[in-house]
Amino acid sequence: MGLRTPLYDWHLSRGARMVDFGGWDMPVQYTTITDEHAAVRRAAGLFDVSHMGRLTFAGPDALALIQHVYTNDAATMTEGQVRYGLVCNERGGVRDDVLVYRWPNGYAMVVNAGNREKIVAWLDAHKGTRNVEVGDCTTQTVMAAVQGPKALELCRDLTGADPSTLGYYHGVPTIYEGVPCLVSRTGYTGEDGVEIIVPAEQGVSLFNELALRGATPCGLGARDTLRLEAAMPLYGHELTEEIDPLQAGLGWAVKMDKGDFIGRDALLRRKEDGSRPVRVGLELEGKRIARGGAAVLRDGRSVGRVTSGTFAPTLHKALAMAYVEPASSAVGTVLAADVRGKAEAARVVGLPFYRRPRT
Amino acid sequence: MDPQKLRYAKTHEWAGREGDVCTVGLTKFAVEQLTDVIYIELPDVGEPTAAGDGFGEIESVKSVNDLYAPVTGEVIAVNDKLETDPSLVSKDPYGAGWLVKIKLEEGATLDHLMTAEQYEKQIAAEGH
Repeated sequence: MGLRTPLYDWHLSRGARMVDFGGWDMPVQYTTITDEHAAVRRAAGLFDVSHMGRLTFAGPDALALIQHVYTNDAATMTEGQVRYGLVCNERGGVRDDVLVYRWPNGYAMVVNAGNREKIVAWLDAHKGTRNVEVGDCTTQTVMAAVQGPKALELCRDLTGADPSTLGYYHGVPTIYEGVPCLVSRTGYTGEDGVEIIVPAEQGVSLFNELALRGATPCGLGARDTLRLEAAMPLYGHELTEEIDPLQAGLGWAVKMDKGDFIGRDALLRRKEDGSRPVRVGLELEGKRIARGGAAVLRDGRSVGRVTSGTFAPTLHKALAMAYVEPASSAVGTVLAADVRGKAEAARVVGLPFYRRPRT
Repeated sequence: MDPQKLRYAKTHEWAGREGDVCTVGLTKFAVEQLTDVIYIELPDVGEPTAAGDGFGEIESVKSVNDLYAPVTGEVIAVNDKLETDPSLVSKDPYGAGWLVKIKLEEGATLDHLMTAEQYEKQIAAEGH
């Protein structure tokens, strides 16, 4: 039995099928992945993301510790801003992809569920003599993600802060049902939306309220198809300890000039290695899915490997992300994916596969 | 096809016999486990089948599963509507979602397959 969020019974009561994810029992789907995916693209979907690690940083050296382990520049963040970046090992490989939050009373970080213990230990190991206290409030809180074109409207008067007044990737502390909560305009689906953090005791009430307002409960199955269409990397697939952020196409989240950070020297060296496989998007000709691990071929020769693949419900195509040799990475390159012994035609397409319509 | 009159394989395929032709499909239970069916690979007309052997694949967003021939014979028809609309299998598993029709080999029977009652016991025992 894995860890359970405070919404576990709530998920079951809504007909969810549960699966182990990063050591947690999480809903993979309530109805069908296709319907849940469509609900997010068209209206608003509701995800329990309480399993993700929520860490706090208190003390005068909070920023210094973050800057030491984080590839992006946290020092230029304004109050309320949320910023994506990587935590790397000494070889420049990715330990986790994270969000750093600059709240009025201190910094916070959200990390992948499966990497929570790893990152907590990493921060502890690299704290040194810095005056900072790292806290883990994961099990004391619930985090809901409401995603889709109707999400902001649905959450307008949910808390003390109207999320449509927030800039994208900004947040604010406010009140929900009389208790402190955190609201941010963030998400992992390629749609606009909100993430809300409340004390664990308010979790069920929050989810009931959001469902009542019309948000469709969505599970990890839809979360995967959504993020894949938006070409967002998933740790353990597009990002691992052996892959660096530059080859993953995340150079925008690495600020070499901000000062030293763990992995910086290695990244500078790796940058010079033009032979490293790079992340690309593949669109397959047929409907069969090229799943993680499938070889990518060019004229029968293996040139890379698929890291994630699915049949994308919105785009109605079999899509995949893969790492291939640079010589085969240009958009338009004709390749193939080895799907259970058969070479399925594919070609390199630009990322992201899907971009939400801007109004 | 009336589910009560069909025979069932342990692997969740159903077989409905009319004379020496068997229509084959997947049970409601099986398709409900699958959801989000995107692709079904079926044998060609003329291909021989052997009871218990794999004869195709059904792919959903979550996984790929083998299909097993419930009877021995020769494929005489394939439901090509499934190529453009594989969701038929989920929408109408005992009707429009049929997979193939197999001409039974001389002397072949369906005795090795379960009755509806036996199949219902099996899926109940699987804890669903």
